[in-house]
Formats: sequence, structure tokens, C-alpha cells
Amino acid sequence: MNGTLELVVTRYLPEQDTQPREQSYTVPYGEDMSVLDALNYIKDELDPSLSHRWSCRMAICGSCGVMVNGEPKLSCKTFLRDYRKAGVVRVRALDNLPVERDLIADISGVVEHIEAVKPWLIRHNSAPASEAHTQTPAQMARYHAFSQCINCALCYAACPQFGRNPEFLGPAALTLAQRYNLDSRDEGKEERMPWLNATEGVWSCTFVGYCSEVCPKDVDPASAINRGKVASDINYGVNVFRLLRGKGDA
Amino acid sequence: MNQQTADIVIVGGGGAGLRAAIAAAEANPGLDILLLSKVYPMRSHTVAAEGGCAGVIQPHDSVDAHFDDTVAGGDWLCDQDVVDYFVRHATEENLRLEHWGCPWSRKPDGSINVRAFGGMQIERTWFAADKTGFHILHTLFQTSLQYPAIRRCDEYFCTDLLVEDGHCGGLLAIDMRSGEQTLIAASAVILATGGAARVYRYNTNGGIVTGDGMALAYRQGVPLRDMEFMQYHPTGLPGSGILITEAARGEGGVLTNRDGYRYLQDYGLGPETPLGRPQNKQMELGPRDRLSQAFWHEQLAGRTVATERGEAVYLDLRHLGEQHIQERLPFIRDLARTYVNVDAVREPIPVRPTAHYTMGGIQTDRHTATCLPGLYAVGECASIGLHGANRLGSNSLAELSVFGRLAGEQAADRAAQGHAVNPQALRQQAEARAVEREALRTADGPERLPVLRDEMAASMEAGIGIFRSPASMTATTEKIAELKARYQQLGLRDRSRAFNTEWLQAIELGFLLDVAEAMSYSALARQESRGSHQRPEDFPVRDDAHFLRHSLAQQQRGGAPAINWQDVVITRSAPGERHYGGKATGEAGT
Repeated sequence: MNGTLELVVTRYLPEQDTQPREQSYTVPYGEDMSVLDALNYIKDELDPSLSHRWSCRMAICGSCGVMVNGEPKLSCKTFLRDYRKAGVVRVRALDNLPVERDLIADISGVVEHIEAVKPWLIRHNSAPASEAHTQTPAQMARYHAFSQCINCALCYAACPQFGRNPEFLGPAALTLAQRYNLDSRDEGKEERMPWLNATEGVWSCTFVGYCSEVCPKDVDPASAINRGKVASDINYGVNVFRLLRGKGDA
Repeated sequence: MNQQTADIVIVGGGGAGLRAAIAAAEANPGLDILLLSKVYPMRSHTVAAEGGCAGVIQPHDSVDAHFDDTVAGGDWLCDQDVVDYFVRHATEENLRLEHWGCPWSRKPDGSINVRAFGGMQIERTWFAADKTGFHILHTLFQTSLQYPAIRRCDEYFCTDLLVEDGHCGGLLAIDMRSGEQTLIAASAVILATGGAARVYRYNTNGGIVTGDGMALAYRQGVPLRDMEFMQYHPTGLPGSGILITEAARGEGGVLTNRDGYRYLQDYGLGPETPLGRPQNKQMELGPRDRLSQAFWHEQLAGRTVATERGEAVYLDLRHLGEQHIQERLPFIRDLARTYVNVDAVREPIPVRPTAHYTMGGIQTDRHTATCLPGLYAVGECASIGLHGANRLGSNSLAELSVFGRLAGEQAADRAAQGHAVNPQALRQQAEARAVEREALRTADGPERLPVLRDEMAASMEAGIGIFRSPASMTATTEKIAELKARYQQLGLRDRSRAFNTEWLQAIELGFLLDVAEAMSYSALARQESRGSHQRPEDFPVRDDAHFLRHSLAQQQRGGAPAINWQDVVITRSAPGERHYGGKATGEAGT
């Protein structure tokens, strides 16, 4: 430990606050210390009334998403060392979602969107129970990145379209639909297309691409949504956009 | 108080709970199955399992070989009828997961690939890169969504089981969003709440892994079995305890001490295997108890590495090459980079043993039923008799499916018969418990929650760790008793209801203390060394004459638990010596 850092946390207790308020805490600084460690320090040592979600502390359970200095982040994978220069770390609940309390965002709407796209393997004729379907590494590679989503909802906090219209299925749900559509074992694409093609489906996406930037697991939902679109002129538009943003791999 | 009814309520939405829910829904689609968890299902700690999931699939492998490895790995404390059932059903469950979309890693021809794992004589560990638990959990969660019979109470915190007239008739839970208490009446309750390694200071477990189900059952007089057996995983990151999978060694990673020496050859696991050519059951692929014990000796001899995050040894993957590491162990590379600033492609990863898996748990019969009618337990919270004194890596993920399915089917059978208890009596009991929970929320004593929690964790580490002395174990039992008394003097500051996580953490601490009590007294009572329970000072060897038995810790009001004993089921493998290293492979040992 060497020195301290200021954490400004946006607090909201529904039973007593009419609107969110900021509260400042001074936490010890350590090179290894994550924002989650700092929040747990506050809860243990300074203010037990602070509420936040967390569990695995290794960036796989998806519980601990918050806004850190305005960016959606997993607090367990975000370190104070990267904010030393800024001098202050501002933490609030994920954007674009109702706040339950303090840093706890209501993700039930996101989960409902995920549930809506029939995110399970649909087959009309399965292999016998005693056999595995064949799937080559190349076939798996088509959807593998899209199967890495941990449902942390950072992409929803990043998505301006979801911010305007919470009915928009959003990055994670559309990615998950694509994960199954692209799986060589799946035969359910037709059943999922109504969801993808609906007003709240892929066509609502306006190609901002911020979802892919904030994704802590490199899932690249923007590319999944792009692949969900059939019209080549739209693809062209995305490619142009991504080239303009300096992503030459588009 | 809110009230709901269901045919089956499942506490815990991890691999075991989800598999049980699906099985119950398939057995009887007309049932009302409620999956209740303090977190959204995909947050459950199954998500953090990395290396793989066992199931015999290679032509030259056999279920008998899997049986032998499991029983020897468990130092003959496994119930062999249970192991038999398990090895016969593991592969079909892995295949079912494949049919549900699990992205198992494949060979170039598109067939299932398997990797080597500690204590397994033949490669039989199915894997999905190094995120096997994550993929199994998400596959099960997503699959569960297609069953209308399954509904969920996400972020409901179970505080009490309700027992009326000798039957488990439901439970009491806090709706975390509102803080309101909810009575849920059910014909059958399945506990699938996971392990309890959060009783230790350094552990691989998520913050939610607080032994809830174990304590809930223990408080109703259900015995906790074999609680002295806590698995230390040999390779956690120093400081945090974050898990670095055994698959890193299965793929060929090696462990070295500060002299660059592969020290495992000095602990009956040699001879040294050539770099990049791991041999099953040898050196780095020995069982976890032996590897963790070897670290302890190396540390005592001053041959570990002093890192800024504490003493460690090195897990060296560099010879595997970047491509192989990126394909098979991408998550490990990411974790090492993020949490200890090491790129495994270029530098060895510092690692140390850290508390990982609770081998013991709620005593069940071989069909997942507890001695309390209507109550079932499955997965890490349960002790069905599979793991004995030391679990083999990759058996626990398979356990979730094999026995999760069985639990769901058993509960569905019971629910179909209908076993509702007297609703008024249930309600009265729930209200009495709710008053106690409310009293805790407004507790204003002098004791602070984090202080008690940290003292407990430090004491468990010191007394019930890798090696155990009579003095240290006794000190821990006394410490836990003291902490339980001080817990009654707890003071909480948050008086709100909505997402009052201080209140929930206080309830969790109560669970942890009960589990720690059962662990420490069970450890003291087992006067031998077996598997992960090692007493080098007073009882350094295995004693089959007296302790080829399961310990059963039963809670007593206001005092130490009673420790009783239950015979191990031996069907066809008489207790023998555990052979690893050259002895296992027929090569000359050192």
C-alpha cells in the first residue's frame, strides 16, 4: 500500500433517497487493487450500507458491472492503478438500466431479452443419445466467440439505442441468437428470425459499435448483429463505418 | 409475509440445480418447479470451473478404470456403489450437454476431444477450452428456458428450511430486491447451493460460496458428512487465490521451486517426466492432495519463491508455445496477465495451494435424499459419497449432471404424490423464523461483521489447513465457538430492506460459522491421516481399522456437534495403497 485514492460513489437508497447522490470515500491505494477491492474495502471499513454485486472476482460470473469514470467496466477487472493519474475514480450503477440501489442495476429486462431469442439448440432430428454430433474446430470457430458472453450487461450500458428504447433486444441477446444460428448443430434459425427481424431486433442497431469496445470477453456483439443482417448494403455501411473508426479488420 | 407454493423448490441455480430442474420438468411437465437463488443462475460458481468434466469415451478406457481412479484418489473413503453409478452415467450426461449445445472442444475430425487430468490413468476429461464450467452453466441455463414448468425466483436468499411433522415442507427466503420475507411451501426441496471454501482466507471460490445449504440442513438436524476433507487446489494465484486450472498441467505445464527444480519427484510422484510430455498419474498429474502437501514441505524447507504476493512456486507453461496456450488455455493466460501481471507465454506463473472444494457436505443416500423426508441435496453442498477423502479434478462437474438429474427425478416422484404439510403450522413457523431474521437486521451489538469473518477465515487456515496438528485444530474449535458467541453480539448499521447486503452477509456469516464448526470438530475426531486430512504429528498414517468410516457431524444446541460414524460402502475394491508416479506407470520410481 502506498498512498490513497478518492472514490466517488453514486449512492441511491430507494427507501430514503428521492434521487441519486454522490458520496466520497478515501481508500488505500495498491497496485493490485481492483475497483471491486476498493468497494469491498469501503463496505468492510467505512460504510457497510454500500451495496454492490460481486462474486467470482475473476471476470467470469458477470456480476460486478458498473460505470467507472463513465465507462462500463467489470469492477473486478478494473484496477486503481489505471486511474492514478485521474486522481479520482467515479463509480455508479450501469447506465441505461433502472437502479435498484446504489451500484445495483435492475438487469431483469436484459435477462428477459436474452430469454426471448430462444437461446438453446433447436434440432428436428438429433443424433442418438449415445452419440455426439460431429463438429469440426472450423465449424465451432464460426460461433465460438459469440458463446463467450457472460451476460454482464456492459454492452447494454454502452448501447445508445437500448438507452432510448429498452424494448430493443440489445447486443447480448442478439449475439446469443447468432451464437445458435451459426452453430452447425442447430436447426432453429427460422424460429429465431422473427425476433431478429422485428423492430426490436437487429435493425434497431445503429452501428455505434461501442458494445464491442466495452465487452470484457471480446465477444464482439457488433459483429454478431452485423452478421444477423441480410442486406449487403447494410453490411457495406457497417464496414465503411468500422473502417472510419479505424477498425480495419471489418 | 408473502407466500407462494410450488411442487418442487430448488435452492441454487448452478449446474446441479439447473440440471435437477430440467430433469424434474422432463419427468413431469405438469409440475410447478421453482428455481430459487440468491444470484441470477449464470452467476453461480459453476461458472468458474475451468479444466473439464470426466466421462469415459476413449476405446482403450473403461468405466472400471474410472472407478478405480476415483476410489484410489479418494483414499478408499468413497461409497463404491455411488462411484459405480457415477462412472456409468457420466458420459451419457456429457453427451446430453453436447446435444444441448455445449461447445466441447473437438479433435480435427469433429469428434469429442479429451485431456489428461490429475489422478486419472487415461485421458477422459472433456473440456471446453479452459472455461468448461462456464459453458456447462450457460448451456444448462439457456436449455432450462425452454421448459414452461420451470420458473425462477432470481435474487431470493433462502434463510431457513421449514420442517413440520417430520417433513421438509418448504422454506423461508428474502426477496433481496424488496427485503421482504417470503414463505415458499413445497412438497420437495432440493438443496444445490454449492461449497463452503469461503470459510478460508485464501480460496478459489466466489464470494457467494458460503455453505448456505449445508448450514440450513445442519440446523434441521441433518448430519454433515466428511466435513474434515477440504481440498486445497495446488495452483491458485498468490494473494487472491484465483484458480489456475489443473488443465494447465494436463496440457504439459510443470511445477518448479525457486531453484528451477521440479520438486514433485521428491514426493513419490517421480520420476521426472520429459518437458511437454506429461504422464498420467505422474509428477504434475498426481492427485491434488499430494501436490498441495508437497508445496507445504517445500515452503518449510525454504525452497519456495518469495513474491510480492506471498510464497509461491512456479507453474511453467512456456514450452507449450503461444499457439497451444492460446487455443487450450486462453482464460489462464488472461487471468495471469490481469491479476499477477505475467504473460504465461513468456514467464512462469506464480502459484500456491488455496482452498478450493468441499468434499464433504449434507449426508444423502445414493439417490440424493437426506434423512429428512422431502429434502434432497446435490452437488458440492451434498455428500453423496463420491469423492471420499480427496476429489479427482473433473469429477465434480460430471457429478452435477449425473446426480442433478437423479435429484430432479426423485423430487418429481415425491411431488407427484403430493406431500403438503399443514399450511397453518408452516406459516406459524415461518413467522417465528422471520422475526429472528428481522432481529438480526436491526442488531445493535458491539461486534463487527468483517472482523468476525476474517478471524474465522484465519483460524480455519491455521487449524484446518493442509497439515493439521492437535493443538491447532483444538484452537480452531475453540475459536469458532468463541466467534459463534460473539456473533450473537453483532451490530449492523444498515437499517434498510432493499438489497441490504450487510444483512445478507450477516446471515451468510452465520452459515459459515456453522459449517466451520462442523469442519473443525470432524477434523479433530478423525484420528488418522487420509487424503486431504493429514495429521503428521499425532496420527500420520491411514487407519482403516478405525476410520474407514464417514464422519457425521450433528449439531447440538449450544455446544459442540456430536460426531458419529457411518460405514463406507465397499463393493469390489478393498482398501489398498495409492500408487502415483513410477509405481502407477510401472516405471522405476525415485
